[in-house]
Amino acid sequence: MTLLTVNGEEVSLDLPEDTPLLWALRDELRLTGTKFGCGIAQCGACTVMVDGMPRRSCVTPVGTLEGASVETIEKVEGPEAKAVQDAWTRIDVPQCGWCQSGQVMSATALLRMNPAPSDEDIDNAMAGNICRCATYVRIRAAIHDAAETLEG
Amino acid sequence: MTKQSRRQFLASSAGLVIGVALPLKGHAQSGAAAALGDGTLSEGAFAPNAFIRIAPDNTVTVLSKHIEFGQGPYTGLATLVADEMDASWDQIRVESAPANDELYKNLAFGLQGTGGSTAMANSWMQMRQAGAAARAMLVAAAAEEWGVDASTISVSAGEVTDGTNRASFGELAEAAARQSVPVEPAVKNRSEFTLIGTEVPKVDSRAKSTGTAEFTLDVYRDGMQTVVTRRPSVIGAKVASFDDSAALEVPGVVAVRQIPQGVAVYAENTAAALKGREALRVEWDMSEAETRSSEEIFAEFSRMAESPGVVVEEEGDSAAALESAETVHEAEFLFPYLAHAPMEPLDAVLEVTGDKAEIWMGAQFPTADKGAVAQVLGLAPENVTMNVMLAGGSFGRRAQPSAHIGAEVAAIAKATGGDGAWKLVWTREDDLTGAYYRPLTVHRMRGGIDADGNITAWEDRVVNQSIMEGTPFDQGGADPTSFEGSTKMPYDLPNRTIDWIKATSPVPVLWWRSVGHTHTGYATEVFLDELLEKAGKDPVQGRLDLMRDDAGRDRAVLERVAEMAGWDGTKVKGDRAYGVAVHESFETYVAQIVEVSDQGGMPRVHKVWVAVDCGIAINPNVIAAQIEGGVGYGLGTALFNELVLGPGGEVLQKNFDTYRMLRISEMPEVEVAIIESEADPTGIGEPGTPPIAPAVANAWRALTGTAPRKLPFAQAGA
Amino acid sequence: MRRLTLILALLAAPLSAETVNGLRTVEEFDGMEGEDRSVALFEEVLKVVEHPRCLNCHPKGDSPLQGDAMEVHQPPVVRGAADFGAPGMNCTTCHGAENVAFVTGDGSIPGHEPWQLAPESMAWVGLSGAEICAQLKDPERNGDRDLAEIHEHMAEDGLVGWGWHPGEGREPVPGTQEVFGELVKAWIDTGAACPAG
Repeated sequence: MTLLTVNGEEVSLDLPEDTPLLWALRDELRLTGTKFGCGIAQCGACTVMVDGMPRRSCVTPVGTLEGASVETIEKVEGPEAKAVQDAWTRIDVPQCGWCQSGQVMSATALLRMNPAPSDEDIDNAMAGNICRCATYVRIRAAIHDAAETLEG
Repeated sequence: MTKQSRRQFLASSAGLVIGVALPLKGHAQSGAAAALGDGTLSEGAFAPNAFIRIAPDNTVTVLSKHIEFGQGPYTGLATLVADEMDASWDQIRVESAPANDELYKNLAFGLQGTGGSTAMANSWMQMRQAGAAARAMLVAAAAEEWGVDASTISVSAGEVTDGTNRASFGELAEAAARQSVPVEPAVKNRSEFTLIGTEVPKVDSRAKSTGTAEFTLDVYRDGMQTVVTRRPSVIGAKVASFDDSAALEVPGVVAVRQIPQGVAVYAENTAAALKGREALRVEWDMSEAETRSSEEIFAEFSRMAESPGVVVEEEGDSAAALESAETVHEAEFLFPYLAHAPMEPLDAVLEVTGDKAEIWMGAQFPTADKGAVAQVLGLAPENVTMNVMLAGGSFGRRAQPSAHIGAEVAAIAKATGGDGAWKLVWTREDDLTGAYYRPLTVHRMRGGIDADGNITAWEDRVVNQSIMEGTPFDQGGADPTSFEGSTKMPYDLPNRTIDWIKATSPVPVLWWRSVGHTHTGYATEVFLDELLEKAGKDPVQGRLDLMRDDAGRDRAVLERVAEMAGWDGTKVKGDRAYGVAVHESFETYVAQIVEVSDQGGMPRVHKVWVAVDCGIAINPNVIAAQIEGGVGYGLGTALFNELVLGPGGEVLQKNFDTYRMLRISEMPEVEVAIIESEADPTGIGEPGTPPIAPAVANAWRALTGTAPRKLPFAQAGA
Repeated sequence: MRRLTLILALLAAPLSAETVNGLRTVEEFDGMEGEDRSVALFEEVLKVVEHPRCLNCHPKGDSPLQGDAMEVHQPPVVRGAADFGAPGMNCTTCHGAENVAFVTGDGSIPGHEPWQLAPESMAWVGLSGAEICAQLKDPERNGDRDLAEIHEHMAEDGLVGWGWHPGEGREPVPGTQEVFGELVKAWIDTGAACPAG
């Protein structure tokens, strides 16, 4: 039994400790916005925040999360998340959309740590998120756009 | 046909049935409503045809007969309808149409399906007429209600008015449903378009940015089990025997069953299913497997390429022309198997209740998968309901004449022998080792140049497996998807022979974003570039000079891209080199110029200029996005990807650590220009992909002296 | 007694030295003296230090390496200001407190708390044994450690120790951390001599 907080609510997970957080979120909590793409931390589709830091949920056993606070795409909040999601919509970033929850989470994490990232900062933060549709040009533009929104 | 018949077919100018309207008391009972079953049309709603539903709350729902996996048909089809209806874009919603070949067939295929970059092209008139019919019925309803002549009524941004009275579509829905359906509704002149040609926001961007868009993997049913199948790592191997004792010990694993596709592990959740599958021990029967390595297959295909094949295009006498040529240039190009690797691995959910079944999946040929479920389970097809879901990418992978996913999930259900619900999950490992690859291909090229620098001979021999053979698309004879693009080149090349040798293998092959053009674009545009260089010609002017008189659209995109890139004939400037390629696919013309530098022995692509002619640009923003994506997809593949069959045939690349995807740090800047056109729209999902690899290779040759004879640039394992 | 056993072992099989998981123990060097012995001990230490498990996170430049072939880390990651990755993609975005076996196939993702790159001053990739030796002893380039602290780091640090427990799909470094620590200590005790060149 693991006790943790997910999107601000206390949750107890009665699952084997090696169950990846990804599948606990999806199968147990039905938080399906977090996506499965590779299972080996290569694609970033499963990115969530754990204690405020971005984390690949596919390689995060629930047994390591006792007392942790998890934030998923369904409830990611704050000015950075809003600016990112608005920019994503405005610039029509998504194509198939499967990777975009993870992209949004990584971009949000970046902007929380660095509100005015350069192209290089964006590449460094986002290189772990694969987009097979190659929406990268727009991801970069949308992060800059979100940064401008945050600047006000 | 009378205009006022109670029951009539709404026909397009091409004479194709586009919808059935059965106005009953109070409601127009459309084919869509029938297909969707009772209760889907709310009280007072209006469904003028199979594609449109107008609700009293003033929303207009467009039913998309094409699956949405990022290429934009939801937005594009809705734009056509909304424009002809004079709807407001804000009131437009889009849903997937159900599986129904009669109502929702792709007019280019004759059955329901998405592929070949046909979504907008085949729907262009159909959806506009559907919208125009709805508009006419709304106007007729208003005229009746207000007691005015229909000619006095105008519609704009979703508002119907005669100058005095005003009504929304929702307010008129019930009355409109009582109107007769116009037989040949007039569509707008192009000058009257209000939405077509504008960049209306995509209908799915918000949901896909907030995690709320629902895909197949997101479907959960009561009591549903998750199932993963152990498949062979050598393609074509069959289960000889298996030991499930350890798998059944895994908490949460419910059952293990052999199915035709392998050994299926049923569990209470995905994690348990995966753990159970890892604990399975399976012995494989290799008698029907492809046990050759890629290296052996390449060697075999190269040997086959030494003998002539079936001539698929010929002009003059290439052999004699080569004999008399001043310079003969030869090249053999090798193209590996490629996986599509959509970000959402394949999946399906199936629920069986008595003699009925319901399936949820991202099916590109939904009636095929629906049929497979019916067949495997022994159900009447009309008792199987197909929900076509948003799909996390496809690139051709979900366009399955084999319906193998429908068949697999049905086999999973059948093996239990009862009612229930099952979610079939493929992992990335299943995806990459699961075949249906872009065919491994060899091109053997020979060209001749005379003393004046004219190209006097051109031979292109293609060796690969057929994609279409044995599918409903098989038309007998040579399979055009094997060599399309090697034929019908825009250049006037006298003494030309294109021939094809059909190879065989147990490895299933499939169309992969731009199909034959994935390799023909490279072989032809790299080889031509080399011939031009040997002839002392400029890559851009040399191509323009060779273009046939009827290749005006090819010429226009090439001239445009040269202008965008400031092409002045200089192939190398400092550490940057420039390469060009032009290639038509799916009746869309694309030219690209790339700027490349050498980064540790690999091309680093900084900038790509693209000119595209896809007819009327329905949504320039979506077109640009598809070009950007097509460039990235083709570039990552050219740089990194080879699906290698190793010794004994084992697939060596099992996940993204070894089958490497292009990442944001490797994505070039892409500048897109769309040629103004009055021609009917053509495809945009695929045509951005073929030119990028040859353009990069041509720039690389300018920089280093050689263009790769085998793709990818980075050899696997090197 | 141990000595006798060793001699007997040597007599029985003169070509097979006394090793623990491929790393010779300190006793193996008892026949040597002075600087030669110290250098020989260091060269044994290098069997660990120059193993891909160690070198991959002591890279030259900005990118860690991975795998026995020491290829550039995928996904591409950068050192960052704190040798801990870039804002938005730190090492801990993927690497947890322990190795985690993949659930979809073979292999695992390595983990330890903390998980980070050695500072750039401690880059080993591309260095000769002599250069690594000099770096190890140079407080300017070894994190301001004296030799006792170097020993402590080698013998006790958990992230160093990860090299012997690298998780499914990775070859561990030779020996054990205990034997390695003893070798380092013996090297220091014999004057911490460096190989020539």
